[in-house]
Amino acid sequence: MLREAVMRFAKNPFHRRTPSIPFWALRDVSFCGNAGEIIGIVGRNGAGKSTLLKILSKITYATTGRVSVHGRVASLLEVGTGFHEELTGRENIYLNGTVLGMKKREVEQKLEQIVEFSGVQKFIDTPLKRYSSGMALRLGFAVAAHLEADVLIIDEVLAVGDAEFQRKCLKRMEDLHKSGRTVLFVSHNVMAIEYLCPRTIWIDRGRVRRDGDSKDVIREYLAHFASAQKTGSDLKERQDREGTGEMRFTGIEFLEQDGQVKPVTRSGEALTVRLHYRASQAMRDAQFGISWSTEFGSPIASISTADAGYEIPVIPAGNGHIDITFDFLNLMPGRYWVSIWTTGPHHHNTVKNCWDVLERCAAIDLEWADFYRSGHGMGRQHGIIFLPCKWSASMNGGQAPRECASLDSETGNG
Amino acid sequence: MTESLQELWEYRDLFYFLAWRDVKIRYRQTALGVAWAVLQPLLATTVFTFLFGRVAKMPSDGIPYALFSFSAMLPWTYFSTSLSAAANSLVGNAQLIRKVYFPRMTIPAAAILACMLDFAVGLVILFVMVAYYHAPLSWKFLFWPLLLVQLTALTTGISLILGALNVRYRDIKHATPFAIQILFFLTPIIYPVSMIPKRYRFVISLNPLTGIIETLRSTLFPNRPINLQLCGISLALTLAILAIGARYFRRAERAFADMI
Repeated sequence: MLREAVMRFAKNPFHRRTPSIPFWALRDVSFCGNAGEIIGIVGRNGAGKSTLLKILSKITYATTGRVSVHGRVASLLEVGTGFHEELTGRENIYLNGTVLGMKKREVEQKLEQIVEFSGVQKFIDTPLKRYSSGMALRLGFAVAAHLEADVLIIDEVLAVGDAEFQRKCLKRMEDLHKSGRTVLFVSHNVMAIEYLCPRTIWIDRGRVRRDGDSKDVIREYLAHFASAQKTGSDLKERQDREGTGEMRFTGIEFLEQDGQVKPVTRSGEALTVRLHYRASQAMRDAQFGISWSTEFGSPIASISTADAGYEIPVIPAGNGHIDITFDFLNLMPGRYWVSIWTTGPHHHNTVKNCWDVLERCAAIDLEWADFYRSGHGMGRQHGIIFLPCKWSASMNGGQAPRECASLDSETGNG
Repeated sequence: MTESLQELWEYRDLFYFLAWRDVKIRYRQTALGVAWAVLQPLLATTVFTFLFGRVAKMPSDGIPYALFSFSAMLPWTYFSTSLSAAANSLVGNAQLIRKVYFPRMTIPAAAILACMLDFAVGLVILFVMVAYYHAPLSWKFLFWPLLLVQLTALTTGISLILGALNVRYRDIKHATPFAIQILFFLTPIIYPVSMIPKRYRFVISLNPLTGIIETLRSTLFPNRPINLQLCGISLALTLAILAIGARYFRRAERAFADMI
C-alpha cells in the first residue's frame, strides 16, 4: 500500500489521486426488529448480507447511518471462531466462549452442558488437531448454542454439517427464539428460514428489496432467482437430435396449471410441461413421450401418451403444442433433465425410426420446499424422490398418536 | 474514553484467555518448555560478559559485568519479545477480527501479558545471580514492580501504534526486527550511561528505555542514587507514547475488519 502510494506519487506528482469509484456494499438499508422477533435474511452471494451482519455486530462500521441495539449482542458469523488446534477441546471451549463474549464463570457453569451437547465427551482433553472436522464443528456449535445474549446474529451456520447436526442447530435456534431472544438469521437455506422466521428481509445489491411475510418474500426471491435461469428452451436450432424429422420439437416451456409461465418450481408442486412442435404434414397416430433424469443422468421416470392410453388420431400439418401436467412433483430439490420424443405407431420403436428425439433438451431446477413440514434440510443425500407420509406412534398410555413422532423424539436435549 | 475502558474491563476474561493461549502454544511440544524464557537472555549475557566484560573491558560501574548486563537484558528481552509479538498480534489474529467483535486492544495487550511470564521466570535467575555475586539487595528493589508497570505501559503504547499500522502497512512486520536491533545499541544494556560523554547524555535520555533500565539497575546497587532526571523524562515520554498509541489505535481499529 505504501509502495503503491509512492508509485502513484512518482507517476503523478502534481495531481491529486485519481478518484476511485465508490462501491456501496449497502445503501438505504433500514429496518427495525422488535424484541423477541426472529427475522430471516436472504440474498444472493455478494448482495451485502454479510456486510449487514458485520455492521450490526460492530465488527465493521457503516460509512453513514446508525445502528442501535438494545441488549447484549452475540454474533455467530462462523462456528468455532478462535479455535486453536494445539489446544484441547476443553481449552477451546473456554477460549471460544470468551471470544464470543461469555464470562469465564459462565463458561464454567455451562461446561458440562456444552460438552454433552457437542457429543465429544471422550475426546474433550485431546488436542483439537486430532479431531475430525465434524467433531470440531459440533464442539464449535455447542459453545455457540449456549450463548446467553439478548440479540443473536447468525450467519449461514446451517450451511455446514450433516443433516443430523443441522436438525440440532435448527432446534436450538427455535428454543432460543421461544425463550424470548431476538434472532437475525442469514441463510441460503430458504426452507429453514421459512420454517423458523415469520418475517424475512431480502437484500439485493445492497438494498432492502422486500421486507415482510416470509412466505411471500421467499416465493418472490426464488422466482427472481429462477428467472435468471431458463423456464423453457427454444429447440428449433438444436442439432443434437435424432429421428426422421417428419415432426420436430420447436420449444419446451414450464408452466403453471393456468398456462402462465412458471418462474420457479418447488419440490412437491404441480407443473405443466408444454411441448411445441411443427409437423411437416398431417401425422397419424402420433405418440409423445417425456422422461426425467437426474443431473447426473440417472433415469427417474419415463412417460408416454401410449403408456397412458392417450390417443392422438391425427395431428394437422403446421405448428401446435401438447401439454403434460404433473400434479405433484415429489422430487428432491435439485436439477433435473428432461428428454422428449415423438414417434409414429411403430411396434418396435428405436431412436432411429422416431420422428424426433431430443435428449436432455431442458433442465429444470426444483427449489427447496418444506415438504415434510419439519423445516430441516432434505436434499439429494436423502435420495431422489420423497414420499408423502405421516408418522404415528402409539403410546402405551393410550395417548393420541402424534404426528411426526420421529422428529420430536429427541426433544429432551434442547 | 471511560466507555472504552469500561468495555475493556468487561472483556477481561477474554484478555486473560488470549494471553493464556499464547503462553500455552508458545511452549507446547518443546522439550525445554519455559526454560526457553531464560535461555535467551542468559546466553546473550554469557556472550556479552566474555566479549565486552573480559575482552573489551567495558566499564560496568564497578558491578560484576554478568550481573550488570543481565539486569538490563531481562527487561530488554521482555520489551523486545513482547513488542514484536504485539506488533504482529493483530494480523496473526485476523480471523478473530474478521468474525467477532470485542475490544481490539485486548489482542496486543494479551500478547504482552503472555511475555510477562518469561520476565517472571527471568527474575528468578536474577535473584540467583544476586546471591551468587553476594550483591547486597537494597530496599530500592521495591521499585521493580513500578518500573515493570512503566515498561509495560511503554511497550503497550508502542505496540498499539505498530500493531495498528501493521494492519494497513505490512512493512511494519519487516521493519520491527531491524528497529529493535538498532534500539538495542541505543539503550544502555552492554554499556553504562556513565560511559556516554556528558554532551550526548541528553540524547540517550530521550530513549525512554534508558531511564527504566538505569533505574532498574541502580536498585541493585545500594550506593548508586536513582537519577531522577532520567526517570522523569522517561516517565513523561512513556505516558505520552501510551496516550498517542491508545488514541491512534482507537481511531484505526474501526477499519481493521475491512483492511486485515
